Amino acid sequence: MKAKIVVMPKQAVLDPQGKAIQNALTQMGYHGIGAVRVGKYLEIELTNSDPEAARQQIDAACHKILSNPVIEDYRFEIE
Amino acid sequence: MNFAVLQFPGSNCDQDVVHALRHVLGHSVELRWHKEASLGAADAVVVPGGFSYGDYLRTGAIARFSPVMEAVRQFAAAGGLVLGICNGFQILCEAGLLPGALIRNRSLQFRCEHIFLKTSTPDSPFTNRIPPDKLLRLPIAHGEGCYYADADTLARLKANHQILWRYVNAQGEITADANPNGALDHIAGICNEGRNVAGLMPHPERASEPILGSTDGRLILESMIAALASRPTAAG
Repeated sequence: MKAKIVVMPKQAVLDPQGKAIQNALTQMGYHGIGAVRVGKYLEIELTNSDPEAARQQIDAACHKILSNPVIEDYRFEIE
Repeated sequence: MNFAVLQFPGSNCDQDVVHALRHVLGHSVELRWHKEASLGAADAVVVPGGFSYGDYLRTGAIARFSPVMEAVRQFAAAGGLVLGICNGFQILCEAGLLPGALIRNRSLQFRCEHIFLKTSTPDSPFTNRIPPDKLLRLPIAHGEGCYYADADTLARLKANHQILWRYVNAQGEITADANPNGALDHIAGICNEGRNVAGLMPHPERASEPILGSTDGRLILESMIAALASRPTAAG
C-alpha cells in the first residue's frame, strides 16, 4: 500500500511562492490564471496490510509532523 | 550562570552563542548534542540558529522531536529560561513552546542585514535590562522569518504583552519598509504566557562586541542573566 499525502498552506496564510508563480504565468502569456497556491505532495510506501490501521497512523503522523496545523491543512488517501 | 546551548545537525550559530556567553559575558556554557536527554545543571537554555536537519519538511519540524527537546520541554514547564534565536525560534514554535509559526519571507528573499528592533515591554526575563526607547540594532539572516499566527492567537499575544520586539526603522517608527520579512504586526520576537520562553529572528549573539558593529544584543543576554541572578533557585 501507499499513502498519498497533500499538505497545503491554509487559506488565511500568505503564500508568496504561489503569488510569484501566478505573476510568472501571467507574464508568460498564459491567460485566465487566477490565484496559485503551492503545497507539498508526499508518497509513503506502507508495509502495513491493514488499511484502517494505516489510515489512523498516517493521520496521526500528518497531524504531528508532516503538517503544521498552525499554517497548513492536509489530506491523504491510502492506495 | 550555567547556560546550555543546543546543537542539532545543521546548527551553525551554536559557537557564536557560546563565544558571546563565555568569552564576552564570562559565564559557563555547555554544548548539548541533540541526542542527549538531559540539560545537566543548566540555569538557562539557548536554542541557536542554523539550519537544523537541513530545514527539511519545515524549518524546525524535525529538530523538535530530538531527545534533547523533551528535556527542554520539561525545563520550560518547570519555569526555566529558554531563548530561541532564528532557527531556535522556529524550533520552539514547531515544538508548541511558543505560539504561531515562521513562514517564508514575503519577498521570497533570504534577508541578511542589520535591522532595528523596538522592545515592547521591559517586563520579561529577556528585556528587563533594555532601556525604554532604546532601539536595538541587530543582524538578521533568514529566509523563513515571517511570523504568522491566527487572529485569536495574535489577540492573546497583545493582551498578555507577549510581543517582546517589533521591527522598526532607524527612527523607531513601524513602517512597511522596516519589516524585513512581512511578519504579522511587525513581530520579531515573542514570549510564552509564562514569560520564561522567548524566541526572536534577529541574532543578539552576533551583536555582542564592538568589532561586530553593535553591542546591542548583549542587552538581551544580560537581561536573562539579571533575571537568573534575581531568582537563585532557578529550575534545574
